Amino acid sequence: MDNKQKQNEMQKVEVIIGQILRIGVAISVGVILIGIVVYLFSGNSGYADNAFPTRLTTIFSGIGSGKSYAIMMLGLLLLIFTPVLRVIVSIYAFAKEKDTMYTVITTIVLIILVIAILIGFYK
Amino acid sequence: MQSLLLLAAVGIIAGVIGSLLGLGGGMVVTPILTMMMGLDIKYAIGASVISVIATSSGASIAYLKDDMLNLRVAMFLEIATTIGAISGALLAGVFSSEILFVLFGVLLAYSAFNMVMKLVRHQADAIVTQNDEMATKLKLNGSYYDKVQQKQIDYSVTHVPGGFIMMLAAGLASGLLGIGSGAFKVIAMDTIMKMPLKPSSATSNLMMGVTAAASATVYFFSGAIRPEIAAPLAVGVLIGATLGSRIMQHLSAKTIRIIFVPIILYMGVQMILKGFGINI
Repeated sequence: MDNKQKQNEMQKVEVIIGQILRIGVAISVGVILIGIVVYLFSGNSGYADNAFPTRLTTIFSGIGSGKSYAIMMLGLLLLIFTPVLRVIVSIYAFAKEKDTMYTVITTIVLIILVIAILIGFYK
Repeated sequence: MQSLLLLAAVGIIAGVIGSLLGLGGGMVVTPILTMMMGLDIKYAIGASVISVIATSSGASIAYLKDDMLNLRVAMFLEIATTIGAISGALLAGVFSSEILFVLFGVLLAYSAFNMVMKLVRHQADAIVTQNDEMATKLKLNGSYYDKVQQKQIDYSVTHVPGGFIMMLAAGLASGLLGIGSGAFKVIAMDTIMKMPLKPSSATSNLMMGVTAAASATVYFFSGAIRPEIAAPLAVGVLIGATLGSRIMQHLSAKTIRIIFVPIILYMGVQMILKGFGINI
Protein backbone atom coordinates (compact mmCIF):
# COMPACT_ATOMS: atom_id res chain seq x y z
CA MET A 1 0.00 0.00 0.00
CA ASP A 2 1.55 3.32 -0.95
CA ASN A 3 1.61 6.30 1.35
CA LYS A 4 -1.12 8.32 -0.31
CA GLN A 5 -3.57 5.45 -0.29
CA LYS A 6 -2.74 4.83 3.35
CA GLN A 7 -3.53 8.44 4.27
CA ASN A 8 -6.73 8.35 2.31
CA GLU A 9 -7.88 5.26 4.20
CA MET A 10 -6.96 6.86 7.52
CA GLN A 11 -8.99 9.96 6.72
CA LYS A 12 -12.10 7.88 6.05
CA VAL A 13 -11.65 5.99 9.32
CA GLU A 14 -11.08 9.26 11.20
CA VAL A 15 -14.25 10.81 9.76
CA ILE A 16 -16.36 7.84 10.90
CA ILE A 17 -14.82 7.84 14.41
CA GLY A 18 -15.18 11.62 14.68
CA GLN A 19 -18.89 11.35 13.85
CA ILE A 20 -19.41 8.65 16.49
CA LEU A 21 -17.67 10.76 19.15
CA ARG A 22 -19.71 13.79 18.16
CA ILE A 23 -23.01 11.88 18.33
CA GLY A 24 -22.04 10.23 21.65
CA VAL A 25 -21.01 13.51 23.25
CA ALA A 26 -24.04 15.42 21.92
CA ILE A 27 -26.52 12.82 23.22
CA SER A 28 -24.87 12.49 26.64
CA VAL A 29 -24.53 16.26 27.15
CA GLY A 30 -28.13 16.70 26.00
CA VAL A 31 -29.40 14.18 28.55
CA ILE A 32 -27.21 15.64 31.34
CA LEU A 33 -28.48 19.15 30.58
CA ILE A 34 -32.12 17.98 30.62
CA GLY A 35 -31.40 16.45 34.05
CA ILE A 36 -29.91 19.73 35.30
CA VAL A 37 -32.86 21.75 33.95
CA VAL A 38 -35.37 19.36 35.57
CA TYR A 39 -33.39 19.66 38.82
CA LEU A 40 -33.46 23.47 38.71
CA PHE A 41 -37.19 23.64 37.92
CA SER A 42 -38.38 20.94 40.30
CA GLY A 43 -35.95 22.05 42.98
CA ASN A 44 -35.20 18.51 44.11
CA SER A 45 -33.30 15.38 43.15
CA GLY A 46 -36.34 13.11 43.31
CA TYR A 47 -34.65 11.01 46.00
CA ALA A 48 -34.64 11.23 49.77
CA ASP A 49 -31.54 11.47 51.98
CA ASN A 50 -29.05 12.48 49.31
CA ALA A 51 -29.49 9.12 47.56
CA PHE A 52 -29.14 8.50 43.82
CA PRO A 53 -29.76 5.50 41.53
CA THR A 54 -26.80 3.36 40.39
CA ARG A 55 -28.52 0.38 38.77
CA LEU A 56 -30.00 0.41 35.27
CA THR A 57 -33.43 -0.67 36.56
CA THR A 58 -33.60 2.08 39.20
CA ILE A 59 -32.28 4.68 36.74
CA PHE A 60 -34.95 3.88 34.17
CA SER A 61 -37.77 3.73 36.70
CA GLY A 62 -36.53 7.07 38.05
CA ILE A 63 -36.59 8.60 34.58
CA GLY A 64 -40.13 7.25 34.17
CA SER A 65 -41.20 9.35 37.12
CA GLY A 66 -39.19 12.38 35.95
CA LYS A 67 -36.53 12.33 38.69
CA SER A 68 -33.66 14.71 37.88
CA TYR A 69 -30.82 12.62 39.37
CA ALA A 70 -31.91 9.58 37.35
CA ILE A 71 -31.76 11.61 34.11
CA MET A 72 -28.26 12.94 35.00
CA MET A 73 -27.04 9.40 35.77
CA LEU A 74 -28.24 8.16 32.37
CA GLY A 75 -26.35 11.03 30.69
CA LEU A 76 -23.18 10.16 32.62
CA LEU A 77 -23.51 6.48 31.70
CA LEU A 78 -23.87 7.40 28.02
CA LEU A 79 -20.73 9.54 28.34
CA ILE A 80 -18.83 6.58 29.84
CA PHE A 81 -19.87 4.30 26.98
CA THR A 82 -18.85 6.75 24.24
CA PRO A 83 -15.16 5.62 24.18
CA VAL A 84 -16.25 1.96 24.17
CA LEU A 85 -18.52 2.67 21.23
CA ARG A 86 -15.58 4.42 19.57
CA VAL A 87 -13.52 1.20 19.75
CA ILE A 88 -16.41 -0.90 18.38
CA VAL A 89 -16.95 1.47 15.46
CA SER A 90 -13.18 1.58 14.77
CA ILE A 91 -13.23 -2.18 14.15
CA TYR A 92 -15.97 -1.68 11.58
CA ALA A 93 -14.15 1.27 10.00
CA PHE A 94 -10.83 -0.58 9.65
CA ALA A 95 -12.62 -3.67 8.29
CA LYS A 96 -14.46 -1.55 5.75
CA GLU A 97 -11.12 -0.15 4.57
CA LYS A 98 -9.81 -3.76 4.40
CA ASP A 99 -7.02 -3.04 6.88
CA THR A 100 -6.80 -6.54 8.36
CA MET A 101 -3.91 -5.82 10.73
CA TYR A 102 -5.72 -2.96 12.45
CA THR A 103 -9.06 -4.75 12.42
CA VAL A 104 -7.35 -7.48 14.46
CA ILE A 105 -5.49 -5.00 16.74
CA THR A 106 -8.68 -3.05 17.50
CA THR A 107 -10.62 -6.28 18.13
CA ILE A 108 -7.95 -7.30 20.67
CA VAL A 109 -8.37 -3.92 22.37
CA LEU A 110 -12.14 -4.40 22.55
CA ILE A 111 -11.79 -7.92 24.03
CA ILE A 112 -9.36 -6.69 26.72
CA LEU A 113 -11.63 -3.73 27.43
CA VAL A 114 -14.68 -5.98 27.89
CA ILE A 115 -12.65 -8.26 30.21
CA ALA A 116 -11.58 -5.17 32.21
CA ILE A 117 -15.19 -4.00 32.54
CA LEU A 118 -16.35 -7.50 33.59
CA ILE A 119 -13.56 -7.83 36.17
CA GLY A 120 -14.54 -4.45 37.58
CA PHE A 121 -18.20 -5.36 37.59
CA TYR A 122 -17.81 -8.64 39.48
CA LYS A 123 -14.88 -7.74 41.70
CA MET B 1 -27.35 26.78 41.43
CA GLN B 2 -24.17 28.38 42.75
CA SER B 3 -22.42 25.07 43.27
CA LEU B 4 -23.53 23.94 39.80
CA LEU B 5 -21.82 26.98 38.25
CA LEU B 6 -18.73 26.53 40.43
CA LEU B 7 -18.40 22.88 39.37
CA ALA B 8 -18.87 23.81 35.72
CA ALA B 9 -16.09 26.42 36.10
CA VAL B 10 -13.74 23.84 37.66
CA GLY B 11 -14.63 21.58 34.74
CA ILE B 12 -13.75 24.23 32.17
CA ILE B 13 -10.29 24.76 33.70
CA ALA B 14 -9.67 21.00 33.95
CA GLY B 15 -10.85 20.51 30.37
CA VAL B 16 -8.56 23.21 28.95
CA ILE B 17 -5.44 21.96 30.77
CA GLY B 18 -6.25 18.29 30.20
CA SER B 19 -6.85 18.58 26.47
CA LEU B 20 -3.92 20.95 25.91
CA LEU B 21 -1.35 18.62 27.46
CA GLY B 22 -2.92 15.18 27.02
CA LEU B 23 -3.02 14.71 30.77
CA GLY B 24 -6.72 14.23 31.38
CA GLY B 25 -8.20 16.50 33.98
CA GLY B 26 -7.98 14.31 37.06
CA MET B 27 -4.97 16.06 38.50
CA VAL B 28 -6.91 19.34 38.50
CA VAL B 29 -10.30 18.01 39.60
CA THR B 30 -9.34 15.72 42.51
CA PRO B 31 -7.42 18.26 44.63
CA ILE B 32 -9.97 21.05 44.05
CA LEU B 33 -12.91 18.84 45.00
CA THR B 34 -11.27 17.33 48.09
CA MET B 35 -9.28 20.24 49.46
CA MET B 36 -11.30 23.28 48.42
CA MET B 37 -14.81 21.85 48.41
CA GLY B 38 -14.34 19.25 51.15
CA LEU B 39 -15.73 16.36 49.11
CA ASP B 40 -15.08 12.72 50.13
CA ILE B 41 -12.09 11.34 48.15
CA LYS B 42 -14.25 8.45 46.88
CA TYR B 43 -16.62 10.84 45.08
CA ALA B 44 -13.75 13.07 43.97
CA ILE B 45 -12.09 10.13 42.19
CA GLY B 46 -15.40 9.16 40.60
CA ALA B 47 -15.84 12.73 39.35
CA SER B 48 -12.27 12.87 38.10
CA VAL B 49 -12.70 9.70 36.03
CA ILE B 50 -15.76 11.29 34.43
CA SER B 51 -13.75 14.41 33.63
CA VAL B 52 -11.00 12.30 32.00
CA ILE B 53 -13.60 10.69 29.70
CA ALA B 54 -15.21 14.05 28.93
CA THR B 55 -11.80 15.58 28.13
CA SER B 56 -10.91 12.64 25.91
CA SER B 57 -14.11 12.63 23.86
CA GLY B 58 -14.42 16.42 23.69
CA ALA B 59 -10.84 17.05 22.60
CA SER B 60 -10.68 14.09 20.21
CA ILE B 61 -13.52 15.50 18.12
CA ALA B 62 -11.36 18.54 17.27
CA TYR B 63 -8.10 16.59 17.01
CA LEU B 64 -9.66 14.07 14.60
CA LYS B 65 -11.15 16.81 12.46
CA ASP B 66 -7.80 18.56 12.22
CA ASP B 67 -5.91 15.31 11.66
CA MET B 68 -3.73 16.01 14.70
CA LEU B 69 -3.81 12.61 16.35
CA ASN B 70 -2.30 9.33 15.19
CA LEU B 71 -5.10 6.78 15.19
CA ARG B 72 -2.92 3.71 14.50
CA VAL B 73 -0.49 4.58 17.29
CA ALA B 74 -3.50 5.02 19.60
CA MET B 75 -5.08 1.68 18.66
CA PHE B 76 -1.83 -0.27 18.82
CA LEU B 77 -0.76 1.16 22.18
CA GLU B 78 -4.25 0.76 23.65
CA ILE B 79 -3.46 -2.98 23.78
CA ALA B 80 -0.68 -2.13 26.25
CA THR B 81 -2.66 0.37 28.36
CA THR B 82 -5.70 -1.90 28.70
CA ILE B 83 -3.53 -4.95 29.62
CA GLY B 84 -1.69 -2.72 32.09
CA ALA B 85 -4.95 -1.48 33.58
CA ILE B 86 -6.31 -5.03 34.05
CA SER B 87 -3.03 -6.19 35.62
CA GLY B 88 -3.13 -3.15 37.86
CA ALA B 89 -6.67 -3.89 39.00
CA LEU B 90 -5.81 -7.55 39.68
CA LEU B 91 -2.51 -6.77 41.40
CA ALA B 92 -3.93 -4.04 43.61
CA GLY B 93 -3.01 -4.93 47.15
CA VAL B 94 -0.18 -7.27 46.13
CA PHE B 95 2.44 -4.52 46.07
CA SER B 96 2.75 -1.83 48.68
CA SER B 97 1.22 1.30 47.24
CA GLU B 98 3.81 3.44 49.07
CA ILE B 99 6.66 1.90 47.05
CA LEU B 100 4.64 2.21 43.83
CA PHE B 101 3.93 5.88 44.40
CA VAL B 102 7.64 6.52 44.96
CA LEU B 103 8.64 4.47 41.88
CA PHE B 104 6.18 6.12 39.52
CA GLY B 105 6.91 9.52 41.05
CA VAL B 106 10.63 9.11 40.43
CA LEU B 107 9.90 8.08 36.85
CA LEU B 108 7.85 11.26 36.28
CA ALA B 109 10.40 13.52 37.96
CA TYR B 110 13.19 11.92 35.91
CA SER B 111 11.23 12.49 32.67
CA ALA B 112 10.67 16.11 33.61
CA PHE B 113 14.40 16.53 34.31
CA ASN B 114 15.20 14.96 30.92
CA MET B 115 12.87 17.37 29.15
CA VAL B 116 14.44 20.35 30.92
CA MET B 117 17.91 19.24 29.80
CA LYS B 118 16.67 18.90 26.24
CA LEU B 119 15.07 22.34 26.34
CA VAL B 120 18.29 23.84 27.67
CA ARG B 121 20.37 22.15 24.97
CA HIS B 122 17.82 23.08 22.28
CA GLN B 123 17.42 19.44 21.33
CA ALA B 124 13.72 19.31 21.94
CA ASP B 125 11.16 19.14 19.16
CA ALA B 126 13.48 18.15 16.34
CA ILE B 127 11.48 15.98 13.94
CA VAL B 128 12.70 12.41 13.53
CA THR B 129 12.37 10.84 10.10
CA GLN B 130 14.43 7.72 10.31
CA ASN B 131 13.08 4.46 9.02
CA ASP B 132 12.17 2.14 11.85
CA GLU B 133 11.36 -1.36 10.60
CA MET B 134 8.77 -2.17 13.23
CA ALA B 135 7.02 1.19 12.96
CA THR B 136 6.83 0.81 9.18
CA LYS B 137 5.41 -2.70 9.48
CA LEU B 138 2.74 -1.46 11.88
CA LYS B 139 2.10 1.61 9.67
CA LEU B 140 2.64 3.93 12.63
CA ASN B 141 4.40 6.81 10.88
CA GLY B 142 2.24 9.86 10.52
CA SER B 143 1.83 13.44 9.48
CA TYR B 144 0.08 16.53 10.81
CA TYR B 145 -0.43 20.14 9.82
CA ASP B 146 1.21 22.57 12.24
CA LYS B 147 -0.79 25.81 12.31
CA VAL B 148 2.05 27.71 14.01
CA GLN B 149 4.71 26.71 11.51
CA GLN B 150 2.12 26.66 8.73
CA LYS B 151 3.37 23.47 7.18
CA GLN B 152 2.64 19.78 6.96
CA ILE B 153 5.02 17.83 9.19
CA ASP B 154 5.78 14.19 8.36
CA TYR B 155 7.23 12.24 11.23
CA SER B 156 8.33 8.71 11.94
CA VAL B 157 8.03 6.71 15.10
CA THR B 158 10.87 4.72 16.66
CA HIS B 159 11.49 2.47 19.68
CA VAL B 160 8.09 0.81 19.45
CA PRO B 161 8.85 -1.90 22.09
CA GLY B 162 10.07 0.74 24.57
CA GLY B 163 6.95 2.82 24.03
CA PHE B 164 4.79 -0.30 24.44
CA ILE B 165 6.43 -1.08 27.80
CA MET B 166 5.96 2.51 28.97
CA MET B 167 2.27 2.24 28.00
CA LEU B 168 1.99 -0.95 30.10
CA ALA B 169 3.36 1.15 32.98
CA ALA B 170 0.83 3.89 32.19
CA GLY B 171 -1.99 1.34 32.35
CA LEU B 172 -0.58 -0.18 35.56
CA ALA B 173 -0.35 3.26 37.16
CA SER B 174 -3.98 4.02 36.36
CA GLY B 175 -5.13 0.57 37.50
CA LEU B 176 -3.08 0.51 40.71
CA LEU B 177 -2.93 4.14 41.74
CA GLY B 178 -5.74 5.72 39.75
CA ILE B 179 -3.60 8.62 38.59
CA GLY B 180 -0.86 9.76 36.26
CA SER B 181 -1.70 7.68 33.22
CA GLY B 182 -1.96 10.66 30.87
CA ALA B 183 1.52 11.90 31.76
CA PHE B 184 3.07 8.48 31.13
CA LYS B 185 1.25 8.19 27.80
CA VAL B 186 2.62 11.51 26.56
CA ILE B 187 6.13 10.58 27.77
CA ALA B 188 5.92 7.18 26.04
CA MET B 189 5.14 8.78 22.68
CA ASP B 190 7.11 12.01 22.94
CA THR B 191 10.26 10.97 24.80
CA ILE B 192 10.60 7.29 23.91
CA MET B 193 8.96 6.94 20.50
CA LYS B 194 10.10 10.40 19.34
CA MET B 195 6.70 11.49 18.11
CA PRO B 196 6.29 15.29 17.97
CA LEU B 197 4.68 16.74 21.11
CA LYS B 198 1.42 17.92 19.53
CA PRO B 199 0.34 14.59 18.03
CA SER B 200 1.60 12.89 21.22
CA SER B 201 -0.69 15.01 23.35
CA ALA B 202 -3.64 14.63 20.97
CA THR B 203 -3.16 10.84 20.76
CA SER B 204 -2.86 10.57 24.55
CA ASN B 205 -6.19 12.39 24.78
CA LEU B 206 -7.92 9.84 22.58
CA MET B 207 -6.38 6.85 24.40
CA MET B 208 -7.27 8.07 27.89
CA GLY B 209 -10.99 7.72 27.27
CA VAL B 210 -10.71 3.98 26.71
CA THR B 211 -8.63 3.31 29.83
CA ALA B 212 -10.90 5.52 31.93
CA ALA B 213 -14.12 3.98 30.55
CA ALA B 214 -13.18 0.58 32.01
CA SER B 215 -12.66 1.95 35.52
CA ALA B 216 -15.58 4.39 35.22
CA THR B 217 -18.11 1.56 34.88
CA VAL B 218 -16.84 0.16 38.18
CA TYR B 219 -17.14 3.54 39.90
CA PHE B 220 -20.55 4.15 38.36
CA PHE B 221 -22.18 0.92 39.55
CA SER B 222 -20.53 1.08 42.98
CA GLY B 223 -22.04 4.51 43.57
CA ALA B 224 -18.84 6.60 43.53
CA ILE B 225 -20.15 8.88 40.78
CA ARG B 226 -22.56 11.41 42.32
CA PRO B 227 -24.86 13.05 39.72
CA GLU B 228 -24.94 16.53 41.30
CA ILE B 229 -21.11 16.64 41.23
CA ALA B 230 -20.25 14.77 38.03
CA ALA B 231 -23.02 16.16 35.79
CA PRO B 232 -22.16 19.90 35.96
CA LEU B 233 -18.45 19.01 35.98
CA ALA B 234 -18.82 16.96 32.78
CA VAL B 235 -20.58 19.81 30.99
CA GLY B 236 -17.81 22.22 32.03
CA VAL B 237 -15.05 19.81 31.02
CA LEU B 238 -16.56 19.32 27.56
CA ILE B 239 -16.62 23.09 27.03
CA GLY B 240 -13.04 23.36 28.34
CA ALA B 241 -11.77 20.49 26.20
CA THR B 242 -13.29 22.04 23.09
CA LEU B 243 -11.50 25.32 23.90
CA GLY B 244 -8.22 23.62 24.87
CA SER B 245 -8.02 21.57 21.70
CA ARG B 246 -8.43 24.78 19.67
CA ILE B 247 -5.85 26.70 21.72
CA MET B 248 -3.27 23.89 21.48
CA GLN B 249 -3.03 24.16 17.71
CA HIS B 250 -2.02 27.81 17.96
CA LEU B 251 0.78 27.20 20.45
CA SER B 252 4.27 26.12 19.44
CA ALA B 253 5.50 22.74 20.63
CA LYS B 254 8.08 24.53 22.75
CA THR B 255 5.44 26.59 24.58
CA ILE B 256 3.40 23.46 25.29
CA ARG B 257 6.54 21.73 26.61
CA ILE B 258 7.34 24.68 28.88
CA ILE B 259 3.83 24.36 30.40
CA PHE B 260 4.09 20.56 30.51
CA VAL B 261 7.44 20.18 32.32
CA PRO B 262 6.64 21.94 35.63
CA ILE B 263 3.28 20.17 35.81
CA ILE B 264 4.74 16.66 35.51
CA LEU B 265 7.58 17.64 37.85
CA TYR B 266 4.95 18.73 40.37
CA MET B 267 2.99 15.48 39.84
CA GLY B 268 6.18 13.45 40.29
CA VAL B 269 7.15 15.18 43.54
CA GLN B 270 3.56 14.88 44.77
CA MET B 271 3.57 11.12 44.11
CA ILE B 272 6.93 10.62 45.83
CA LEU B 273 5.70 12.54 48.90
CA LYS B 274 2.47 10.54 48.88
CA GLY B 275 4.61 7.39 49.02
CA PHE B 276 6.12 8.75 52.23
CA GLY B 277 2.67 9.52 53.59
CA ILE B 278 2.69 13.26 52.94
CA ASN B 279 -0.30 14.68 51.09
CA ILE B 280 0.03 18.05 49.41
